Amino acid sequence: MYNETEIIKDTTELGPDGELVINMGPQHPATHGVLHLVVTLNGETIKKIEPHLGYIHRSIEKMCERLTYRQFIYVTSRMDYLSSHINNTACALLVEKGMQIEVPERAKVVRTILNELTRIASHELWIGAMAMDLGAFTPFFYAFREREMITDIMEDTCGARLTMNYIVPGGLMYDIHPAFQTNVKAFIKQFKEKVTEYEDLVTGNVIFQSRTKGVGVLTAEDAISYGCTGPVARASGVSCDMRKIAPYDAYDRVEFDEVIETDGDSFTRYLVRVKEMNQSIRIIEQLIDNIPEGEFVGKTKNVLKLAKGEFYQRVETARGELGVYIVSEGGTTPYRIKFRSPGFSNLSVLNHISKGSMIGDLMATMGTLDLVIPDIDR
Amino acid sequence: MLSLESITKTTQDWLLAKFDPTIALAIECVIVILLCITLFAVLGLVLVLLERKVAARIQIRLGPNRVGPGGIFQTAADTLKLIMKEGLTPDTADKFLFNLAPFVVMMVAMLLLAPIAFAKNFQIWDINIGVLYISSVSSLSVIGILMAGWASNNKYSLLGAMRSGAQIVSYELSAGFAVLTIVVLTGSLQISEIVAAQENGWWLFKGHIPVVIAFVLYIIAVTAETNRAPFDLAEAESELTAGFHTEYSGMKFALFFLAEYINIFIVCAIGATLFLGGWMPFHIGSWEAFNHIMDYIPSSIWFMGKTFFLIFLIMWFRWTFPRLRVDQLLNLEWKYLLPISLFNLLLVTVVAIMGWHF
Repeated sequence: MYNETEIIKDTTELGPDGELVINMGPQHPATHGVLHLVVTLNGETIKKIEPHLGYIHRSIEKMCERLTYRQFIYVTSRMDYLSSHINNTACALLVEKGMQIEVPERAKVVRTILNELTRIASHELWIGAMAMDLGAFTPFFYAFREREMITDIMEDTCGARLTMNYIVPGGLMYDIHPAFQTNVKAFIKQFKEKVTEYEDLVTGNVIFQSRTKGVGVLTAEDAISYGCTGPVARASGVSCDMRKIAPYDAYDRVEFDEVIETDGDSFTRYLVRVKEMNQSIRIIEQLIDNIPEGEFVGKTKNVLKLAKGEFYQRVETARGELGVYIVSEGGTTPYRIKFRSPGFSNLSVLNHISKGSMIGDLMATMGTLDLVIPDIDR
Repeated sequence: MLSLESITKTTQDWLLAKFDPTIALAIECVIVILLCITLFAVLGLVLVLLERKVAARIQIRLGPNRVGPGGIFQTAADTLKLIMKEGLTPDTADKFLFNLAPFVVMMVAMLLLAPIAFAKNFQIWDINIGVLYISSVSSLSVIGILMAGWASNNKYSLLGAMRSGAQIVSYELSAGFAVLTIVVLTGSLQISEIVAAQENGWWLFKGHIPVVIAFVLYIIAVTAETNRAPFDLAEAESELTAGFHTEYSGMKFALFFLAEYINIFIVCAIGATLFLGGWMPFHIGSWEAFNHIMDYIPSSIWFMGKTFFLIFLIMWFRWTFPRLRVDQLLNLEWKYLLPISLFNLLLVTVVAIMGWHF
């Protein structure tokens, strides 16, 4: 334990070679949560970054072991809160796979639309937050204008704006709102009109490009060996889209491109996400007029019990591959549950790609890795 | 006609009639000081509100709209809050320098107010080296910032102060050269003469391309000098939390904040004086009727209008651009702006010698 004098001594101490050690976080405007980075600096140049985790660890995995297969899905909304629909989908898919529950077509299509809306909302928030990290405040408000429409749709559909808990094993909790289709179409129309606005504000900006091009370059080899997934890996030229590799729900019947770029720098990661939003719009457009009539939830038993064995399901969240691994003893609760979260692997690469760059570059790199801290800590 | 000039003249005549000259001068000094402080307070309140409204306008929102009609008392309420807050001094800080720094920054801003001509014959001190005075005093503000950063004993503050030092010292050069172009054209360092030289047209219009270049350089350089976005590296909140004023709270923070806005006002006022003719009305060649109507608008309104136009420009930058990185910032100055301004000064000298300007 520290006593008072030791704490004071600590703040003025330099590293062994006279480097400056800065504790960035757990409260810091750029870490977007309680991430604690111990940054070793030589002047303004970064020599080492050491992420310290655990400030928002809520033992979600342990909590899940005490909850039934219907209940544990709600906890997962709190992991990556920007992709809560997708997290819920992953868990529901796993239970459905384990119990061979037949999911109605209507539920599958609605789930896919909601997942893509979630992805757009997440990327919108990310554009705003990243621009803010680089010192531009205005794109944040433009991005939130469109995100607000999505959260309104979510609110109509399931009553919540952030932690949805709408997807249950077997389908959906309720049927969609009567105005769902018109609202989504209105959103698509507005999005297509307005997306150019903040792209003009950000993509073509000389300062933005000079801040992000060639910054935090991640090679394809490193992306694979660090286990990076999602837009981070795809910007380095690694094909890793779960929607293509292992299609679930209605992804096998829609046409969309997996966005792959090869430069691997922060600007490419930005571009990949912007293009992904357009692909998501494409998916929604194909499905929104073709929501089949019928049941919204399949027939399930009142008490869900997974057969004895091991189950694994992976989905593509807005940040990358989310894996859910359950070991079942045949009871009503999982024996052991493990989430493979995309944020954790993406964070692990931070030290590697920002060594030798400036503090300002760290913001660009960290921003484009799109870290959500509750997803990393769980 | 009631003008600022006649008010000052009447006041002085009255004082001289009542008291003996020394006492009259002393009273005048007190009045000027009180006016300056009032101007500071009013400018601070107005500019902060203006910035928030401009930002809101650019960011598709309304901005402050609860306190008073249209939110005009918002900044007054904020100031009240800041005054009532505890002025915290960290345990490990160098207490003397820590408490002195905001006043140094503030004092520099106040000193700069002296040679500015607010209206026709309405100037505190028409010193004959006005421009030189401005450029030398404005570079003092870096001392206050370095003092704050060092005395806080905080690593973020120190980094912010270091950046600020490098930045202000560098951009001082470009700003200085841009100002020199006008000095070359006018042949005088005195503010009143620079304004008088623009009677038949502002330098921006009659100085050809070199003055336009100088104007652009000046705007870029002073944006950097006042630590405004996109050059606000000294207080880059996403990198250094709040930079050099991380540890400041309450009224001491408010002084930094106020000084920033006063500095913006001053650099814009100087820009308006040098390039846009100060309080001179807008005249077009031989359009007698038009020129006559323009003359009816009071000179103080002309001056304030031009200044606030430039202030708006600088606010517009802030809410549009991302921040530069520290090495890019210095590259921009030493590799681009400085060579351009040196060449531009040469060009303007040729123009002035050959008499090519209007």
